[in-house]
Amino acid sequence: MSYQVNEKGYYGDFGGAYIPEMLYPNVEELRKVYVEITSEDSFKKEFDQLLKEYVGRPTPLYFAKRLSEKYNTKIYLKREDLCHTGAHKVNNTIGQILLAKRLGKNRIIAETGAGQHGVATATVCALMGMQCIVYMGEIDIKRQAPNVARMKMLGAEVRAAKSGSKTLKDATNEAIRDWINNPVDTHYIIGSVVGPHPYPDMVARFQSVISAEIKTQLLEKEGRDYPDHMIACVGGGSNAAGAYYHYLDRPEVNIIAVEAAGKGIHSGESAATSVLGKEGIIHGSKTLLMQSKDGQITEPYSISAGLDYPGVGPMHANLYRSKRAEFISATDDEAMSAGLELCKLEGIIPAIETSHALAALDHRAFSKDDVVVINLSGRGDKDLGNYIEYFNF
Amino acid sequence: MNRIKQLFDSKKNILSIYFTAGYPKKEDTTKVIKSLASQGVDLLEIGLPFSDPLADGPVIQESSTEALRNGMSSEVLFEQLKDIRNEVSVPLIIMGYFNPVMQYGVEAFCKKCNEVGIDGLILPDLPLEEYQEHYASVFEKYNLANIFLITPQTSDERIKAIDKASNAFIYLVSTASVTGSQSGFGSDQEAYFKRISDMNLENPLIVGFGIKDKQTFDQATKYTSGAIIGTAFINSITENGIDGIPNFIKGIRS
Repeated sequence: MSYQVNEKGYYGDFGGAYIPEMLYPNVEELRKVYVEITSEDSFKKEFDQLLKEYVGRPTPLYFAKRLSEKYNTKIYLKREDLCHTGAHKVNNTIGQILLAKRLGKNRIIAETGAGQHGVATATVCALMGMQCIVYMGEIDIKRQAPNVARMKMLGAEVRAAKSGSKTLKDATNEAIRDWINNPVDTHYIIGSVVGPHPYPDMVARFQSVISAEIKTQLLEKEGRDYPDHMIACVGGGSNAAGAYYHYLDRPEVNIIAVEAAGKGIHSGESAATSVLGKEGIIHGSKTLLMQSKDGQITEPYSISAGLDYPGVGPMHANLYRSKRAEFISATDDEAMSAGLELCKLEGIIPAIETSHALAALDHRAFSKDDVVVINLSGRGDKDLGNYIEYFNF
Repeated sequence: MNRIKQLFDSKKNILSIYFTAGYPKKEDTTKVIKSLASQGVDLLEIGLPFSDPLADGPVIQESSTEALRNGMSSEVLFEQLKDIRNEVSVPLIIMGYFNPVMQYGVEAFCKKCNEVGIDGLILPDLPLEEYQEHYASVFEKYNLANIFLITPQTSDERIKAIDKASNAFIYLVSTASVTGSQSGFGSDQEAYFKRISDMNLENPLIVGFGIKDKQTFDQATKYTSGAIIGTAFINSITENGIDGIPNFIKGIRS
């Protein structure tokens, strides 16, 4: 059995394309061509070149000496925080904008929660000279003013999602509605491994550069191309999908997913979708999602705006159900203190999303000789406001 | 389902009205049904509210949010409808999104529909392939029609596949849009209605999205069997309440 997507667009029980007929032609077009186009030599050449010269790849795999000493194991950090725009998100937006260009689209839409994917999308639209419209929940627009300003500076139009709970899920709804209204000239750049097939697989492929590089880098440093443990935080799950991708079908690698427990898994204010979610449909995908008994989608909570998505990508839902991955969760407090610890021990200020992955070190023991890779998905500049407020700096 | 077939066999220019269950007030569901039936509306689509209605514009979204706030749920709806067949004979369809149906249990939901006298379902985010592979037999077991949507972008090949899988009528979405966003029909729409009509499909066609008054209703029914009004009706009920229903219907059919 493989943990990759099957030909019908499913990961085990999860995935598929539960979309209204209005979206069918667009999604079907993508499904038919995404593998072919992204496998073309000219596509790969342009993608690789932009990743190298524009994004700054390969990102280092850094041996974290002091962190390793503290936890008495061998910890490597995959430095996605050093990517242009400050996180892994741009790997995907570069890939999708090149695809959009080849499909003849000239108008790009995207959804964003904290604004990181919005910034990464606005960035590549500026690079390619394409029109960019980013949907963002009205509440998030107020909470994330610097990223809103960034998107505007990059030439994007930021539209407020005013329906429902006015956050990420509603921004996603609005982006989907925009796509329904503009089926011909528009490409929708989804920011995570969510949405209808082929999005989860397509985004995972663009992010898979993360684990492709880890393989090469580990071989150089450790004499083998895999770690014993691969750790990443999971909201929708795109950085995790990229970090796990080439290890999914390598049972010697223990995959660890860290979700946001918010104020505690059973506090009523949490985003630990695998534990709290039930199988259902969100944004065109069958997956685990947080919902009421009646099937209404509920609003998650986490101190990290990038992890408070009520669903999780279908790849991850399958990793959870099949027990291929070890799912743990970190509370706001655990994540914040793990983030601060990385600042003090290694001189790296991580994004709060990423701090959740770091909190895994306190959750479970690792052996002295274990090779542990943590995907350092983003940097913490965007979170300074939250860190200041939390720690009273 | 036989009620739907009978309707299409016996009538032209079918007027169908969509409304959101539990809106404006929770207990209004059956009042709206009875009022619409007494005004001679031919087919009713009962909207089962959902938190994230992807294919709907702001008016239907807001009515759904309000209905949920009023305490609507699948369970409440079935309770409200339990005696409805003693009161009205008009065909009744539930229109909603797939997740609430899944959570109720698809078979349990269909069974309950059959018990209260629902004739069919419209679930825009349950795609053709999934329906055929997993649910067609359940719908058939409980004598429920499944109604698919087609749009101006749907290929002829797919329209034929949808026609084959349909057993009541096909919902012709007038333009590439969510509900409630059009401002009248132009020659593009007429040409599209005619094109589909000329395909001579097995199933009759009903046009939805963008019908709001007599003019658009007449345009839509020129080449098809009927038309559905949703957003304009919700707007009317928001403004004029249930008492305003007779006037609204007269405005379409005058």
